[in-house]
Amino acid sequence: MPRRRPDMSSDQPGAPADSCPPEHPAAAVEVARVVEQAHRESWSTVLASVVRLTRDLDLAEDCTQDAFVQALRTWPDGIPANPGGWLSTVARRVALDRLRRETTLRRKLPLLVEESGAEEEQPTDLLRLVFTCCHPALARDSQVALTLRLICGLTTREVAAVLLVSEPTAAARITRAKKKIAAAGIPYRIPADQELAARLDAVLTVVHLAYTAGHVAAGTELTRTDLTGRAVQLARMLVRLMPREAEPQALLGLLLMTEARGDARVSADGELVLLADQDRSRWDSALLAEGVSRATLALEHGQGRFALQAAVAGLHMTAPSWEKTNWVQVVRMYDAMLISWPTPIVALNRAAAHSLVPGADLVAVLEELDALTKETALTSYAYLPATRADVLTRLSRHAQAAEAYEQAIALTANETERRFLSNRLAELQARGAQS
Amino acid sequence: MAQYLFLLYDTEDWYDNLTAESFEAAMKLHGEFSAAVEKAGARILGGEALERTTTASTVRQREGAEPMVTDGPFIETKEALGGYYVIDARDLDQALELAKLCPSANVEVRPVMDTSSDATPPA
Repeated sequence: MPRRRPDMSSDQPGAPADSCPPEHPAAAVEVARVVEQAHRESWSTVLASVVRLTRDLDLAEDCTQDAFVQALRTWPDGIPANPGGWLSTVARRVALDRLRRETTLRRKLPLLVEESGAEEEQPTDLLRLVFTCCHPALARDSQVALTLRLICGLTTREVAAVLLVSEPTAAARITRAKKKIAAAGIPYRIPADQELAARLDAVLTVVHLAYTAGHVAAGTELTRTDLTGRAVQLARMLVRLMPREAEPQALLGLLLMTEARGDARVSADGELVLLADQDRSRWDSALLAEGVSRATLALEHGQGRFALQAAVAGLHMTAPSWEKTNWVQVVRMYDAMLISWPTPIVALNRAAAHSLVPGADLVAVLEELDALTKETALTSYAYLPATRADVLTRLSRHAQAAEAYEQAIALTANETERRFLSNRLAELQARGAQS
Repeated sequence: MAQYLFLLYDTEDWYDNLTAESFEAAMKLHGEFSAAVEKAGARILGGEALERTTTASTVRQREGAEPMVTDGPFIETKEALGGYYVIDARDLDQALELAKLCPSANVEVRPVMDTSSDATPPA
């Protein structure tokens, strides 16, 4: 269940940290738990409030880290009623101290450009930080790494694990991005209305990538759920900050519907269970209901690419069974998606859905899939040979199907997926031996 | 405010077909660009058009040897550097907005480094 975020309303600059009266001494275990929870829920808000003060990402990170260290030291005397507010106040105070000490030096350092204007409330700070991390002048790789580090609060080691790169590579990517933000004068601001749609798309893409990285991670189980949880949290935050935009709603709906299937996706013995074979009674009905209602809301306001993806997920999840899924409607959604988002992956998903329309011309589908094998973007994408293998099996072209399964097995980086595909191949070979 | 160098990269076909009319048309576009920069509250600090790349020479510094002079530009590319501006802008977003108005197919936008006497080494 998503945890409630702490109430941030009392975090006004000037509310001193030690004015929070210690309630009662707290056990070390309890302190560790609350600090851990505060780290997950408030890291980015605390950081963002310090960035506004310092306009220096490295310094702000240091001060935020300091505040968490101070929390571990002082909270055993009493956990504050509003941990997030306490942390922001302390981090900003640490920052002010350092700024005073380093005034002469800092005058010469490149600073983040901040839009002039009055002090604004905290959610705005966080949104500015998100848009800074996802600025189009940064490479997509850097946007993702920076968002995982600064907004999701992952360590460099965790960022490396998620992005499947070495730790020095992840560190270099983050450092380079921060330097570019300062040296090139990337502003710390929310884009104007007319540029928002284009800029929002990058933010949503990064959140979606963060979720996907966690969903099909090759890493440990722990890293995975941690990351998907943070991505969902981030999507929730975007909805709260931009309630009138349809696409954040759609993304959140999409992620919640995927989350709802989480338990049913892996069998008791740890095997991957495809959507077709999942026990639908094991889906989380609360998450599902929220996901469907958010997707519906988003679709009423437009057909952005996340709205359409959420619509596909919704069609799957509201169907009584895999067989009774409205495949015609699913194909229609992919057709709409192909107009605004003509990528080979969308084309592949469309072909896969097309193969499931009752009475579909499987030879025509196979032709669609064969054409996609020429796409360089898909040469190492296991889902293409896996889909071809399935269609070839249904066309009783078993030798070619086996070959396609072998290709898919060679391409997947995920152990569970590999076992699943190997089982399919074994079944196919057993059938071949019988006939 | 920060300073940005706009490097204007275009194909060199323009030089091949240069007539009085096309030259005047290009100058008019650059005049309009200058007006747009001022209207945005930014400033042009400098800028020039360049002769074509076949007129370029490159001096290569070589360790332990005399510098070597070669013909042609430093790097042969399909799109060549044809001119530049130095622009004083509020931030990168404003610089990029202005670069979109610049009459050139490709504009590389680079921040100018602060090398004044009290500057710290770049991060």
